[in-house]
Amino acid sequence: MSQDFVLETQGLIKEFKGFTAVDDVNLQVQRGHIHALIGPNGAGKTTCFNLLTKFLTPTHGKILFNGTDITRQSPTDIAKMGMVRSFQISAVFPHLSVLDNVRIALQRKLGTSFHFWKSERSLDVLNDRAMALLEEVDLAKWADTVTVEMPYGRKRALELATTLALEPELMLLDEPTQGMGHEDVERVMALIKKVSVGRTILMVEHNLHVVSSLSDRITVLQRGAVLTEGPYEEVSRNPQVREAYMGSEAA
Amino acid sequence: MTTQVLNSRVNKTMNKTKLSFLILLLVGLVAPFAIYPVFLMKLLCFALFACAFNLMLGYGGLLSFGHAAFLATGGYITGHTIMQWGLTPELGVLAGTLCSAGMGFIFGKLAIRRQGIYFAMITLALSQLVFFLYVQTPFTGGENGLQGIPRGELFGLFSLEGNLPMYYFVLAVFVIGFAVIYRTIHSPFGQILKAIRENEPRAVSLGYDVDKFKLVAFVISAALAGLAGSTKSLVFQLASLTDAHWHMSGEVILMTLLGGVGTIFGPIVGAATVVTLQNYLSQGPLASWVPVILGLIFVICVLLFRSGIVGEIQKFMKKNFN
Repeated sequence: MSQDFVLETQGLIKEFKGFTAVDDVNLQVQRGHIHALIGPNGAGKTTCFNLLTKFLTPTHGKILFNGTDITRQSPTDIAKMGMVRSFQISAVFPHLSVLDNVRIALQRKLGTSFHFWKSERSLDVLNDRAMALLEEVDLAKWADTVTVEMPYGRKRALELATTLALEPELMLLDEPTQGMGHEDVERVMALIKKVSVGRTILMVEHNLHVVSSLSDRITVLQRGAVLTEGPYEEVSRNPQVREAYMGSEAA
Repeated sequence: MTTQVLNSRVNKTMNKTKLSFLILLLVGLVAPFAIYPVFLMKLLCFALFACAFNLMLGYGGLLSFGHAAFLATGGYITGHTIMQWGLTPELGVLAGTLCSAGMGFIFGKLAIRRQGIYFAMITLALSQLVFFLYVQTPFTGGENGLQGIPRGELFGLFSLEGNLPMYYFVLAVFVIGFAVIYRTIHSPFGQILKAIRENEPRAVSLGYDVDKFKLVAFVISAALAGLAGSTKSLVFQLASLTDAHWHMSGEVILMTLLGGVGTIFGPIVGAATVVTLQNYLSQGPLASWVPVILGLIFVICVLLFRSGIVGEIQKFMKKNFN
């Protein structure tokens, strides 16, 4: 096997007091892919996701990022290594301006984040880069809006811009189109497609339309275990998968 | 272009704030000629204390119920070093501030991993521990406290015995403390602190070690609370157990909430209101009703104007003049 995996799990298990939420999951995310993690409600997608991003600690198993064992690292550490996650509900800083949201992500690299004696004007050097990122997600004209006043779809776009600011090698998106209207879904899909160039993306997603048109590879989870894995055409033909979704998807 | 618009807007609010600072400073400079200086000094000490507390609650999003320990530590250490070691007042105040900062570091290390009510309970427990320590240890003078702390001579040159020079010393201390808080809030560090308050998991996922940021904020807050306590012990020439009692931790919460959490001037207004009420009511027939009246005000504040006096004024201004 000479394939290049950015993220790999080996026998990942998470137990909550007698209940196994994630059961022996071996996941391999290839570099440059958009990899989707799907499954019916309660299949353990989000738990799996939280394990990968270290917000939960696995009971057994290993997680490898670029071949390095990160099973015991903290969420802060893996973010610094270039693995950045998003959240199911939009993760923005609601009472800060849109520009500030992106600047907060950019600011870490300046190395002055503990400098409480410095003026915040020392952060103005980041404004151009922040504006460029906002431009990329069509938010430039919202730059000085207080984030909480933006519509939901825009907040998700902002979240994406904030994540991009860290120039992550691997982006983990937790249901990027959840709770969105049709138009917003299309916009976010186009955005994900755009930013996926030169990056690896792992996403949890409910919307099969999104999954089918974006992802290179799909892993289907059911009751915490991997049901099947492969490209969309292959997975969607699998009778077990169809059953799991109870025919709700006629593709 | 948008950035320029943004910058000009930021500059405008900055100028407005700067103007308010200047007016306040002028008021502070002439005030002792109209109002009894000791009362003003008390007010300034509590205002600084409340501002320090506000840094934690309003900008760090952490409710500490143990800030009395820092206020008291500042006072006792200043009193002790001046009386026993013969330090000059500025060195005594510095010693008190540093000891409070050290205590803040220990408190912070132990409490910061917890959130919300648990954080409040741990800080309360630790400050109670400190209270009983101060009841027992001989250097605090126990129930009597440290009495007759000499105000001494600033830098060994200027006597602070008179109320007017003492007042200007306190004013200077307050301005320095306030400037530290203002700068902290408007610094790269302050940005991250606000981000943590707004959405902690997101701050973590962006690679910020949030516990460390909270700890630094807690130490700054503790140090400034200590500075307030140190200065207060010089003003009243007294360091007593009242400062260490949990009532004091509660009072500073009241001041901050009443004035407006998370606003820069709120704690000052809150402290002024509470101190003034206490002073005037305690001279009249309502003296024994002071806690009841303060409690009532607190309830009304929480029920009717949750963002505090300054917070409500800001809202009103925004609605009508923007």
